[in-house]
Amino acid sequence: MSEINHGTDLGSQHLTFSLAGEEYGVDILAVREIRGWSKVTRIPQTPAYVLGVLNLRGAIVPVMDLRLRFGLEREEYTDTTVTIVVAVGERLFGMVVDAVSDVLDTTADDIKPVPEMGKAVDTKYLKGLATRDERMVMLLDVEKMMRPEDLAAVEAALPAADKVEVAA
Amino acid sequence: MSAVDLAQFHQVFFEESLEGLQAMESALLELDSGSDDPELVHTIFRAAHSIKGGSSTFGFSDVAAFTHVAESLLEEVRSGRRAVDAQITDLLLRSVDCLRLMLARSRDGEPAADAESEEIRQALAVLVGQDTGGAAKPAKAAAPAVPAIAGWHIDFKPLPHLFKTGNDPVRLFRELASLGEAFKVEQVFPLDDALPSLDACDPTQCHLGWKLRLDGDVARKQIDAVFDWLDGDAEITLTEIKAETTPESASSEPAKPSADTAPTAKDAAGEQGSGAAAPRSAGASSGDGGSIRVSIPKIDALINMVGELVITQSMLSEMGERFEDAAFEKLRDGLSQLERNTRELQESVMSIRMLPIGAAFNRFPRLVRDLERKLGKRVNLEMHGEHTELDKTVMEKIGDPLVHLVRNAIDHGLESPEERKAAGKHEVGTISLNAYHEGGNIVVEVKDDGKGLNRDAIASKAVERGLIRSAQGLSDDEVAELIFQPGFSTAAQTTDLSGRGVGMDVVRRNVNDLGGSVRVRSVHGEGSTFTIVLPLTLAIIDGLATAVGGERYIVPLTSIVESMQLKATDVRQLAGGGELFRFRDNYMPLVRLHKVFECEHAVTEVEKGIVVVVEGEGRQVGLFADELLGQQQAVVKSLEAHYRRIEGISGATILGDGSVALIVDITGVVRVSQQAHKAA
Repeated sequence: MSEINHGTDLGSQHLTFSLAGEEYGVDILAVREIRGWSKVTRIPQTPAYVLGVLNLRGAIVPVMDLRLRFGLEREEYTDTTVTIVVAVGERLFGMVVDAVSDVLDTTADDIKPVPEMGKAVDTKYLKGLATRDERMVMLLDVEKMMRPEDLAAVEAALPAADKVEVAA
Repeated sequence: MSAVDLAQFHQVFFEESLEGLQAMESALLELDSGSDDPELVHTIFRAAHSIKGGSSTFGFSDVAAFTHVAESLLEEVRSGRRAVDAQITDLLLRSVDCLRLMLARSRDGEPAADAESEEIRQALAVLVGQDTGGAAKPAKAAAPAVPAIAGWHIDFKPLPHLFKTGNDPVRLFRELASLGEAFKVEQVFPLDDALPSLDACDPTQCHLGWKLRLDGDVARKQIDAVFDWLDGDAEITLTEIKAETTPESASSEPAKPSADTAPTAKDAAGEQGSGAAAPRSAGASSGDGGSIRVSIPKIDALINMVGELVITQSMLSEMGERFEDAAFEKLRDGLSQLERNTRELQESVMSIRMLPIGAAFNRFPRLVRDLERKLGKRVNLEMHGEHTELDKTVMEKIGDPLVHLVRNAIDHGLESPEERKAAGKHEVGTISLNAYHEGGNIVVEVKDDGKGLNRDAIASKAVERGLIRSAQGLSDDEVAELIFQPGFSTAAQTTDLSGRGVGMDVVRRNVNDLGGSVRVRSVHGEGSTFTIVLPLTLAIIDGLATAVGGERYIVPLTSIVESMQLKATDVRQLAGGGELFRFRDNYMPLVRLHKVFECEHAVTEVEKGIVVVVEGEGRQVGLFADELLGQQQAVVKSLEAHYRRIEGISGATILGDGSVALIVDITGVVRVSQQAHKAA
């Protein structure tokens, strides 16, 4: 009992997965399901990284390609490609990643802050960095990835950018 | 026992009280129209009594105090000491309205009483105090004003079965405490000579009695009211504690009626921090998830069906365990049985959400009565088909549009009695509400026998507002359609009933939002009929599955006019980028679904695809798709639950293979295609 308490008080567990050769982690308490990649239903008027929606036991859940979300090269989906369904509050969304790796135990001390990288690198979806076997694991802040206002901001930014070009 | 959180019952209390008020209102209206059925008075009294009891149990003391006075008046009527007259029904109807507001405020955790409720309460109290024997009755009004009472000793000796009657001494004490300035339990004593030993103690029995002391200027009547619900289940002895020195309040305002003293007593209780009720009622408002009452037969049917489903399931799984080719036929039987079970179960579950439309109709007798008085018109309201059932969500949203239509019909449609006589009609106008099922829809008609729509007035108004250039060449129906345009209102002067700018366009929009339509038919001099057609439920729609570029989209069947194939020569390009095609005698916009939904690999040649003519918001367009896949029922799922709204898509559904198909929102698609043209 005391061990469990120790674990929840000071640390947490993260599900790690690989994406374009790097390791990422999400808080395991947010993960609802890991499922093999299956075709989704495309929805119109969405950014390219939103692949579509899938049926998760009757709920219509959006799925995003994490590579596209982070501006990485698109890759063909393989047998190891999985969709990790995570919950943010009441909302669910799926992230398509290259492969799941492991579960990483971290204590608060293990998580290092993300260094300021300047404007060139967008680090706002990272909540910290951890290390496993001498490799860096980037811990994602899933809440920031699927907040409605965040989505709205992304979409508002698109036509605005067009307008600027027209004006210029 | 005090640990039981009463807040969990608040929702039920509010619902029951609102039902009670509804019953009171209809009974009052019947009394008002001249009925003298004594059962009506009993109905009203019972409703008031339950609300009073409930509100004092849950600590809504303002509501309890208010209903208490109303109940006293009703008691006089019930016992035949007072005859019902227009003044009383008027006042009681106002009380019903006021109580609705008070309950709403209590639910939101606000203080229930306000200036209006105080005014009505005093008016009731004055009525109760009057006429019927000055000596006995004023006790209620005058007793609290007698300043000599400093408090009470209360010996409370319940019978052992107290708990079984649902009474909780702690609740009673709390209520007593809220009456006076200070409250304490002076002594607790065993009811029998001694308490039973612990192993012989029956926890469902009350073994204790209490000696209580309540300080403050509290009327005996108020204390009696607290114990009212015990109904002889306890022996209660009240002993007055005389004031030793005259309290200062005694000299200052001794003559004021109870209406003033009651709130002060309550304020005092609140200041002491004894306000156990107040914070809890505030917390309760958050839990308003909405609920529904379901008749037992509906639930029984459901349980039966689940039983059958279980039988089918066990039959199939047994077959699966030792499957042989010969059993194939049986498997098919089993599967078709499963299909039937599922469909029946689905229908049953849906029927739980179905309520008779009478619940939306029952506000109209009151509305009509009030409008009659206000406008000096005479109206006979007829209602048919109150038992027609429709989905609860649809019903909640149809109420306001209906009210608007009925108000309009009385305000603008019906003539004054003089005008009616001059036109050779009966001076009492008729408004009829009629509901019936037609196909998968419910139809609600609002019909009046008034003067009908004035074509010329509408046409000139529409020209003035720039809606049309001229009414020439427009049919009567087309002119009538104009009243649904935004910003249209023909009322010569703005009354507080209609003509507030919100008008028929809002009615149409609300109905359209529910996937329905509204039409008007009018004959000059004979009246108008507004017809609302609504889907029975929002949860399941009949749709036509269409393929667009390998994807499947569901088009709601209710909006489909027809489908056809076109030749390339039928389609004309417009300068702005749009396309038109010839449909019967008109040109109609062609909306290519693959463009709206950004589909790749879709059919683009007109000959190879198919056009579905649909209607939305009174406009018709042709949707161009690859092919039609067939009709199917779609259980509507929200995209917003986990993502967000998408223009042109009203929701999603799950197909037989588990994949997701999107449901087309006709008006949204039209809007998107228009924007696309503007952008291009």
